[in-house]
Amino acid sequence: MALTLMKGSEAIAEAAIRAGARFFFGYPITPQTEIPEYMAARMPEIGGCFLQAESEVAAINMVYGAAGTGARVVTSSSSPGVSLKQEGISYCAGAQVPCLIINVMRGGPGLGNIQASQGDYFQAVKGGGNGDYHLLTYAPASVQEAIDIMMFAFDKAEQYRIPVLFLADGIIAQMMEPVELPEMVDYKVDPEKKPWACTGWKAGDDPKKRGVINSIYIDTESLTVHNNELQACYKEVVENEQMWEEFNCEGAEYIITAFGTVARIAKSAITQLKEKGINVGLVRPITVWPFPYDAVKKVVDQPSVKAVLDVELNEGQMLQDVKLAVNGTKEVDFFGHCGSLMPSTDEIVNKILSMKEGK
Amino acid sequence: MAVLFEKTKLLTDKQFHYCPGCHHGIIHRLVAEVLDEMNLQGKCIGVAPVGCSVFAYDYFNCDMYEAAHGRAPAVATGIKRAVGNDTMVFTYQGDGDLASIGTAEIVHAAHRGEKIVTIFVNNAIYGMTGGQMAPTTLIGQKASTCPTGRTEEWSGMPIKMSEMLAQIPSSYYIERVAVNNTANIAKAKKAIAKAFRYQMEGKGFCMIEVLSTCPTNWGLSPVEAIDWLENNMIPYYPLGVYRDKEAE
Ligand SMILES: Cc1ncc(C[n+]2csc(CCOP(=O)(O)OP(=O)(O)O)c2C)c(N)n1
Ligand code: SF4
Ligand SMILES: [Mg+2]
Repeated sequence: MALTLMKGSEAIAEAAIRAGARFFFGYPITPQTEIPEYMAARMPEIGGCFLQAESEVAAINMVYGAAGTGARVVTSSSSPGVSLKQEGISYCAGAQVPCLIINVMRGGPGLGNIQASQGDYFQAVKGGGNGDYHLLTYAPASVQEAIDIMMFAFDKAEQYRIPVLFLADGIIAQMMEPVELPEMVDYKVDPEKKPWACTGWKAGDDPKKRGVINSIYIDTESLTVHNNELQACYKEVVENEQMWEEFNCEGAEYIITAFGTVARIAKSAITQLKEKGINVGLVRPITVWPFPYDAVKKVVDQPSVKAVLDVELNEGQMLQDVKLAVNGTKEVDFFGHCGSLMPSTDEIVNKILSMKEGK
Repeated sequence: MAVLFEKTKLLTDKQFHYCPGCHHGIIHRLVAEVLDEMNLQGKCIGVAPVGCSVFAYDYFNCDMYEAAHGRAPAVATGIKRAVGNDTMVFTYQGDGDLASIGTAEIVHAAHRGEKIVTIFVNNAIYGMTGGQMAPTTLIGQKASTCPTGRTEEWSGMPIKMSEMLAQIPSSYYIERVAVNNTANIAKAKKAIAKAFRYQMEGKGFCMIEVLSTCPTNWGLSPVEAIDWLENNMIPYYPLGVYRDKEAE
């Protein structure tokens, strides 16, 4: 297969289509507008549907509607727009509607700025909308990785009947990288596999049950049963779906934790530190929910490891999960920027050097 | 023995939870009968709102969604775009749902000319949450959040959704009806049937506004509630066709 040079946002959009997405609902917002623009041109070519919604609130509800019929549906936005989607995301989670949501994170809070950020980590993995729910959340660190994950993201969403979130920073959407795009998946709704989907039911259709896409369970017993079902599903996701990358971890003196683009900068820092004779490893969660607690702990528990440095493009959000993983056995330090200024390789190198000097 | 009356198969056997004298039940039956008579079971998907009719998914015997408060038109948009013209899609919404929190969604469904039918049940109050003021609450009408009666100065004049949506270029058919007597019930059913016929023909956005009672939160008996609707609601919300592109 040939390599093509593609902008991240367009590659992600094309990958979603190749993975079977035939419906896109969205609203323009920088730095991800290239995704709806790409979809607007591409969907009609393959008999799909692109519809510009009046708001992100409407867009996610259109997702709820279309995905409830069994179709593969995607929406994308950036931080302020994803905030508006939270109500609908919670409904999708409650009603077990599989779908795909892309957040190309920009600076916040409020309108923030339009540069890259990782400021929505809490929103993505600690809640966002109301209720006890989780989203299977992938944080790709390269355009190729985003494509590769996209190719199985819908399968996962459908297997567990949960919404999948792509948590990407603005850099991934904006940069151009040579990528390899897989072949188009010929996806058709299989009513056997999606007996819950609303496709038009009539009395004679038994044993297929009447479709009801719904998140209200008005009495305590039925809501308990429903929530227990959701929790059992989340437990399975936690057991089966954790993904992470380890880089140079064996016998490392320090461990850096980072996700997304920041992890790539951390890798450069690690290479530089190696030249200075300092052995530093990286653990990069690829799924930030479920967070790979055990993997982080295992690496950090090595006797060689003196301390952990968490690096993020925010004021320390994943840091809380890293600390939970480390559970007080080692020092966990933090380096990050708010305001969307990407941490540089030198800054990370210097931070490790100062940790080593005990400063 | 000759069967004189049969419950439509588009309603389940689940007992309605509506209060005595509430018009939601009549309106449900009209919608269900129309779907049945048009042979649409198996070819229709409904969207329930948040409001007293939140459990409509338990009553309509077809595929159903329950939407977030006010978002039913957006949900219906997603469904309709996915299932195409052969399946009829409808929303069933109250006045708090459609005329307050969901104004953006209803306006833009109409604006895009979505091929859906909206049944808009206007009872001039938030029924489900216990009788708070709605945008449709009449001047002088008391509600728990306007205990001395709504005033124009403080809350503006009650919103007229049919008149407003009729102004949107892509609205196809908008009619306001009531179910306060048998003649009006027959008219309401005809209007609902026409809306679904338009959708079957692939025409644009259709909304039937149904003036409805809420004896419980109006603090009236079922009979008094009908009187109140006739004496106060109908004069402010005149019945009639506000838009019918086919007739134009
Ligand atoms: C986001 C959100 N806000 C508020 C509510 C609370 N709520 C439930 S029903 C309702 C009012 C419904 O009134 P209406 O649409 O007029 O329906 P009715 O009960 O009168 O038929 C409100 C405010 C909610 N469920 N969700
Ligand atoms: S509260 Fe009002 S609208 Fe709700 S069921 Fe009772 S009468 Fe009907
Ligand atoms: Mg009402």
